[in-house]
This record gives sequence, C-alpha cells and structure tokens, in this order.
Amino acid sequence: MFKSPVWRKKTIPLLSMISPVSAWLILLIALPLIYILIISFCSTNEAHNISFQFSLRNYAKLADPTIIGIYTNSLIISVLTTIICIVIAYPFAYIMALTTPFRKTLMMIFLMLPFWTNSIIRLYSWRTLLGRNGYINDFLLYIGLIDAPIEMMFTRGAVVLGMVYTLLPFMVLPIQTTIEKLDDSLIEASKDLGANFIRTFRYIILPLTAPGIFAGSIMVFIPSLGYFFVSDIMGGGGNQIIGNIISRQFKEASNWPFGSALSIMLIVITLIVVKIYTKSGGKIDELGMS
Amino acid sequence: MKKLSSRIFSGIVFAFLYAPIAIVIIFSFNSSRRNIVFENFTFHWYKEMIGNDALLESFANTVIVASFSTLLAVIIGTLAAVAMFRYKFKGKGVIDALLYIPVVIPEVVLGISLLSIFAISNIPLGRISLIIAHTTFSIPFVVFTVRARLSGYDRAIEEAAMDLGANRFQVLTGITIPIILPGIISGAALAFTLSIDDFIISFFTTGVSSITFPLKIMESVRSGIRPDVYALSSIIMLITFIIVIISQAGSYRSSKKKK
Repeated sequence: MFKSPVWRKKTIPLLSMISPVSAWLILLIALPLIYILIISFCSTNEAHNISFQFSLRNYAKLADPTIIGIYTNSLIISVLTTIICIVIAYPFAYIMALTTPFRKTLMMIFLMLPFWTNSIIRLYSWRTLLGRNGYINDFLLYIGLIDAPIEMMFTRGAVVLGMVYTLLPFMVLPIQTTIEKLDDSLIEASKDLGANFIRTFRYIILPLTAPGIFAGSIMVFIPSLGYFFVSDIMGGGGNQIIGNIISRQFKEASNWPFGSALSIMLIVITLIVVKIYTKSGGKIDELGMS
Repeated sequence: MKKLSSRIFSGIVFAFLYAPIAIVIIFSFNSSRRNIVFENFTFHWYKEMIGNDALLESFANTVIVASFSTLLAVIIGTLAAVAMFRYKFKGKGVIDALLYIPVVIPEVVLGISLLSIFAISNIPLGRISLIIAHTTFSIPFVVFTVRARLSGYDRAIEEAAMDLGANRFQVLTGITIPIILPGIISGAALAFTLSIDDFIISFFTTGVSSITFPLKIMESVRSGIRPDVYALSSIIMLITFIIVIISQAGSYRSSKKKK
C-alpha cells in the first residue's frame, strides 16, 4: 500500500503540507471555542474555579438590565461608527478611484500609513486635542462659538470618534475596489439618456458599489463591538462596550463561565451579521484585508 | 470647482488621520511632562527614553514575538495555501471555514478562548504562549495572500519542467516558490504589523514576564503617558514611514514599467 503511486504522489506530500495547519487550527481555534461553549454552561465556586455542573445561570444573567444597557450602548456605538465611516469613506474612495494613478497610490499610502503605527498611542493623543484645555476647545473659544470649554473626552461621541479613527481604512478599501471595477460606459449611457448626476448615482453607481459598502460595514461593525481599548482610552469608565464586560470577566472579576456566555452571545451577533451579509449576496472571502 | 471640493474633502480626511500623529511627534519635544500644552522645545525625553529599560525591553520583546510568529505563520500558511490550491481532499471545506474564524470573529473572543486553552493545557502565560497566539491570528492572512497569488498559476509550467527532467525539489525552488514569493512577502508583512500593533490578543495571552510595547503603553494610560513613550513612538513611526514609502515607491515604479 505504501508503495502505490497514488500514495507516493499525492497522499504523502498532501499530508505533510496540510497537517501543520490542520493541527494548529483544530487545537487553537476549534477546541478553544468548543471549550468556551462548554464552560458557558458551568458556574464558579467561591475560589473562582470552574465547577463543571450544567446550568443556564450565565445565560439568564445576560438579561440583567446593566448587561442589556451595555449591549445596547455598544450596538449604538457600532451602528454610529459604521454610518459615519460610510459617509466619510464613500466620497473619499470615489475621489481616489477617479484621480491620476500617481495621486491614487499616494492617497493609498497615506491612508494606510497610520495603520502601520501603534493605535493606542494615536488614540491617546486625541486627549490633547479634545480635552477641556485642548486645542479644539481653545479654537472654538477663540472663534466665539462657545463661551466655556465643553467636555468632549470621555463621552459616547469620543468613543465613536476613536472607533471611526481606528477603523476608517477598512471601509475605504472595499468601497474603492468596487468603484474601481465600475464600467464607465454604464455611467456614460445613463448621462446620454439624460439622467443627471443624482439619478445616475442613485440608480447606477450606488447599486453597483453596494457590495463594497456591505463588506466595509462588516469589517467596521464587528471589530467595533470588541475593541475595548478604544472605550477605555476615549470613554473613561462610563461608555463601556461588549468587549469591556467580556474582558472584565476574564481579568478582574475572574468569572470565566459568565465571560464565556457573553462571548457566545457576541459570536451569535457576529454570525447573524455575517449571515445577513452573505444572504444579501456578499462573499465571505471579500472580508479579508488584502 | 469639483476638483477643489474633492481636494478640500480629502484634505480634511487626512487632517483627521494625521492630527493625532502630529501631536505625538510635537509633544515628544515638549518640556512639560503632561501632554496638555506645548511649553518649551527639548530633547530631554529622547535621553530619558534611552534610559528607560522597561520601555525598551517591551519593544524588543514585541519585535521578537512578531518575528517568531511571522516565521511560523509563513511556513504553516504557505504549505497550507499550496496544498489547498493543488489537491482536492476531504476536510478542505472545514479548514477553509476555520481559517475565516479569526478574521471574522471579534479579537476579544479569540483572546479569551486562547487564554482558556492555555489554562487547561498548563501552558504558562509568557513569551511562548504569546508567540502561539500571534501565530494563530496570522496564519489566515498568509494563506489568503499566498492563495490569491496562486489563483492565476498554471500547473502546466511544472509539468513542462518535469518533462524537461527537473525533479520535485527543482520544481519547488525554481518555479513554485519564485511565483508565490510576492504573496509570501505581503502575507509576512501583514502578519508582522498585525503582531507588532496587537493589543487585545496579547492582553489575554501573556504574563508579566513578557510585556509588549502596546501593553506597556496601555498600562500607563491611566496615570498619563509620559513623553518618553511619545519619543520612542516617533522614532518607530519615522522608521516605518521610510520603509513603507520606499517599498511602495518601488512597487509603483515596477507596476508602471509593466504598463
């Protein structure tokens, strides 16, 4: 059997190439997630150890008003972030797609450059701009738009701003790709038939670039539910998102079973969002970063 | 008119993206310890930074972790991409699905699930667990970039080489690897930067013995980040900016030549 040509030509090379990735993915992605699912049905004893007895207590706790409050706050932040990203990214991507190749390359480089540097330090320095004695308050006071400094840091708005700041490139890239693929002759035809820009945009450009908006929205919406460092830096303690409560259960509170139930809940939300995306014609492999 | 408004719009977007970076660089030269108003120009924090061993150590650790995890991810991911391109086999769909999990699910979930698996398998939290964790989220990106590179690959070239007497090893080193190399390089670059900048996964999967640069910065957020951290960040930014601009200029020039 070991001498058969199929075995030598196909099976041995295949196995040696595919077993490292299979082992890695099973041990470090599949198993951990199954384990999380199991302990979400367990509870903890006084010593914060997990006791393996089936209970639905952790899931019942999800209906707690404070938890629901944080989930709602988190979803509002993520929806706002996604909408603002679309509003900024769409015209930006459009400008990028229409400009000269040299300018386009330049815009792409300068869009991605911040992404190559530490995001925490970049978020933190917003404090210097947005703080009570910050430059934006100074400017608004100087032009007389406000009489006293306004509190901008540690608000929900600041968290949304931080999310938009961190995630904007992920909205621009997929939209830019779809605009790039637009067939110019369709736009020409629409113009020749007498449609103005708004009608052309509404009936030709927007429907054809919608897949890019969808893909970008997924890549912005889902991470923004979990990026707890953004709410830590920009929101202070008062504007927590789903990522914050999960993180707390695994760090300070040491209640892993409850943290796991919260994570399963987040996975379910993610799956629903991805399902809506694929149902409306989106492709999973367009969600990568390349 | 249209041109002007689009210039103004992209100008505002870039101002939004670069204002915080400008603050980091400007305030690294500020004499005040607090990053509120700019007082006097000084190089003090750059000297301070050179003497801050804990900070420099955390940065060195970040680079070590990123290098090892990138290397591992490149080896495992490239093998997987080539095998998945070349062969049909049972379980291919499962591997594909598992590869998309780290890309799609929120990082916090991946972080806590890795933490739990390290806990039950008694792997101590430190540099090793950190490298394993970073390799896990890097593998998919390497597989995807290499696979994208392979999609236009014609296997007839390999057969031709074999017919002309090349052995398997010669085909691999002479044909397959040179063709997928750009994919490997961009996958590696992506994995490396993701690892360097990662905060969430590292937050859960490392211990006090192996602090990374993003963790170190986050630690000092509450008490206020000192300008020496700004100084180190400015230097790192300057280096990455130069690398990115040189490499992009190179690829822009070569893409222009092809046209």
